[in-house]
Amino acid sequence: MRWTAGGTAPTLSVAAKAARLVALAGNPNVGKTTVFNQLTGLRQKVGNYPGVTVERKVGQVATGGSRAVQIVDVPGTYSLNPRSLDEEIAYRVLVGEMQGQERPDLVVCVVDAGNLERNLYLTSQVLDLGIPTIIALNMTDSSEREGVFVDAGALSRELGVPVYPLAASSGKGIEALKQGLCAELPSVPPRRWKMPAALQKEVDHLAQRLSVDVPQLSASMRFADALRALANTTAPRFETHHSAEFWQEVDAARERLRAQGTLYEQEEIIARYQWITPLAERVVQIRRKDGHRSVSERIDSVLTHRYLGPAFFLAVLLVVFQAVFSWAAPFMNWIEGGMSWLSALAANHLPPGLVRGLVIDGVLAGVGGVLVFLPQILLLFFFLGLLEDTGYMARVAFIMDRPMRKVGLSGRSVVPLISSYACAVPGIMATRTMDSQRDRLVTMMVAPFMTCSARLPVYALVISAFVPAAGHFGFVSYQALTLMTLYLLGTGMAVLAAAFLRNRLIKGSSSTFVMELPSYHRPRLRDVAWRMSERAKIFLTRAGTIILAVSIVLWFLAAFPQTKSDAPNAQVDSSTQLANSYMGRAGHLWEPMLKPLGFDWKIGVALLSSFAAREVVVSALGTIYSVGDSSDDVSSLKERLKADTYPDGTRVWSPLVAASLLMFFVLACQCMSTLAVVKRETNSWRWPIFMWTYMFALAWIASFVVYQGGLLLGWG
Amino acid sequence: MTLDQLKPGERGVVTGWTRDEPPSRLLEMGLLQGTLLEIIRLAPLGDPIDIRIRGYHLSLRKHEAGLVEVQPV
Repeated sequence: MRWTAGGTAPTLSVAAKAARLVALAGNPNVGKTTVFNQLTGLRQKVGNYPGVTVERKVGQVATGGSRAVQIVDVPGTYSLNPRSLDEEIAYRVLVGEMQGQERPDLVVCVVDAGNLERNLYLTSQVLDLGIPTIIALNMTDSSEREGVFVDAGALSRELGVPVYPLAASSGKGIEALKQGLCAELPSVPPRRWKMPAALQKEVDHLAQRLSVDVPQLSASMRFADALRALANTTAPRFETHHSAEFWQEVDAARERLRAQGTLYEQEEIIARYQWITPLAERVVQIRRKDGHRSVSERIDSVLTHRYLGPAFFLAVLLVVFQAVFSWAAPFMNWIEGGMSWLSALAANHLPPGLVRGLVIDGVLAGVGGVLVFLPQILLLFFFLGLLEDTGYMARVAFIMDRPMRKVGLSGRSVVPLISSYACAVPGIMATRTMDSQRDRLVTMMVAPFMTCSARLPVYALVISAFVPAAGHFGFVSYQALTLMTLYLLGTGMAVLAAAFLRNRLIKGSSSTFVMELPSYHRPRLRDVAWRMSERAKIFLTRAGTIILAVSIVLWFLAAFPQTKSDAPNAQVDSSTQLANSYMGRAGHLWEPMLKPLGFDWKIGVALLSSFAAREVVVSALGTIYSVGDSSDDVSSLKERLKADTYPDGTRVWSPLVAASLLMFFVLACQCMSTLAVVKRETNSWRWPIFMWTYMFALAWIASFVVYQGGLLLGWG
Repeated sequence: MTLDQLKPGERGVVTGWTRDEPPSRLLEMGLLQGTLLEIIRLAPLGDPIDIRIRGYHLSLRKHEAGLVEVQPV
């Protein structure tokens, strides 16, 4: 929300608002998602903040009472001095700077009873904002098992706000918390931590200045705002209500503090902990023997062990891959079967002509080709959710940081890159938790090299057509070996590109790697299942909107202008039709550019249509080679490919052409969705354009080398 | 000595920083002057390290650990 003229002043919106808006804040790994799910049940939805398309999770609390309560999930953050994108969103939502989101009436700060002291750091920042706040003291069950007991009553007295003990995973305390959400808003306690006098003086001065600039802000909000502006040197200066003069005063204040030897950034943090540490000692009782090792510590002695740790990680990867590729197969067959059934149905009931073509070749082939990947994507999200919720992901980053750093990435890049084996889109979205903008950009820029599931249909078609099924190398078939080589090529390229981009192109501060290793928790399957269903909804919406639209457009470009046959009533050969269509013309237009790679205009057309999504190349080739109605019938399509000749009798699809095409697909970023998500995440066209260009150039060069090199060696 | 020189199992108290402006994220995570810490283990390739402070586990790279001055206890 903007405070400037034209925006909505918060005072107005409060009057107009019916439901109470509650923000759910807290550190990462405090079970916030479980609390959210327990409070809302199924009455939740994932949407976007307008304009910025950052995910926004809201739900209705089933209060059973008179008051409607809406709850918005805030990304987990350690501090309101934001460093990562996720943290910036958290901060903006709380202070009401997020467009399309009212300022919350109440903040629920979820804290981990087993890790109270560090959790209270964020709590102290939230309390400074002057918004009514209640504390959800979560994970009391697991902390008590480890001998850590928190006195909720004492904590409430010390903080001056209500505290609700919770064990969200079993639902204990949820009802009481719901009552708390409906109750009278708690009063805001005065600030209890004391900062050094010199700092206090400057903050008061700046807050005074803000009362002139933005009189709508409450006194505590002004104080918090002034303090953040002064003490936080790393975060972007994004507040819209700060004038240039204000920042000049901030700089002057910093100068004065430095001159007196006050390290303002440190002193604020130290002052908060000086209040928190003794407070935590008063309310936390630790009852356990000396030398006690928690369950998590014992698990970690295996999972982060020198040899067992990496071995376990490898085993996890193998299980996930196996699941994504083989467990998904039956479900994918069902979807394919369903699509063929629908196609047959359409073929039987629609008269031949444009409508039938549109339905079968456009809508069903296009949307169906993408829908087939739903089982794989769901399975991947199931496993990622499981690994995330147990706390294992942090261990992956811990184990992999060193090797990843050698290639210019960080331990935090591992999860996004592994996700990209399924699809680069969730992979790129997973980079949001990275706090170094440089690492994040590099990770995003190389993620599409990881062999995503959309490349599989392409690889499968070309490999089954050109690599003999019979041959073996040891116990591995040539076909499997080829597939593995393609995966390795993609991954290797990601590594090389990361090293290059980091050294040459993408500058920025070196990353720091400071990461909590949270306690292990038994995952709640319901939370994981909900996340999967959210993903499914997003994916299906995309298939029903963007992909549907693109499929229709592609079909239109291939079907128009219509070639009229000279002889009346004669069917126009569909490849003649295609050659003369807009798409065929485009294919011819860029054929000269593809000739050196061994591709003819038909492959050019397929490549053009595959820009929407890689797997579209299969259905496009199907249309081009007019294999009847079932364009995804691989066995007959591959025979057609092998039989196709140039006018002089030479084969269009030699094995060398096939190798060149595979090389192209390993490297090129033929995926609109990926580019769209990069545009969204970087908020600029620069990076998606750069990404497409450099990957296309690499693909072209590599295919050129493969094809021309092969010709020189006489393999053509 | 600095934090990266401690071995797994050893404990120390933070006495200061090797430079004027330590990474504020480390401070915010509770690694402050006077904080008691214990080295739990090193990652399989020797870096980063896993330390226990204020009752929880934090991992940081040797590079950042080298900025933290400690007194072994």
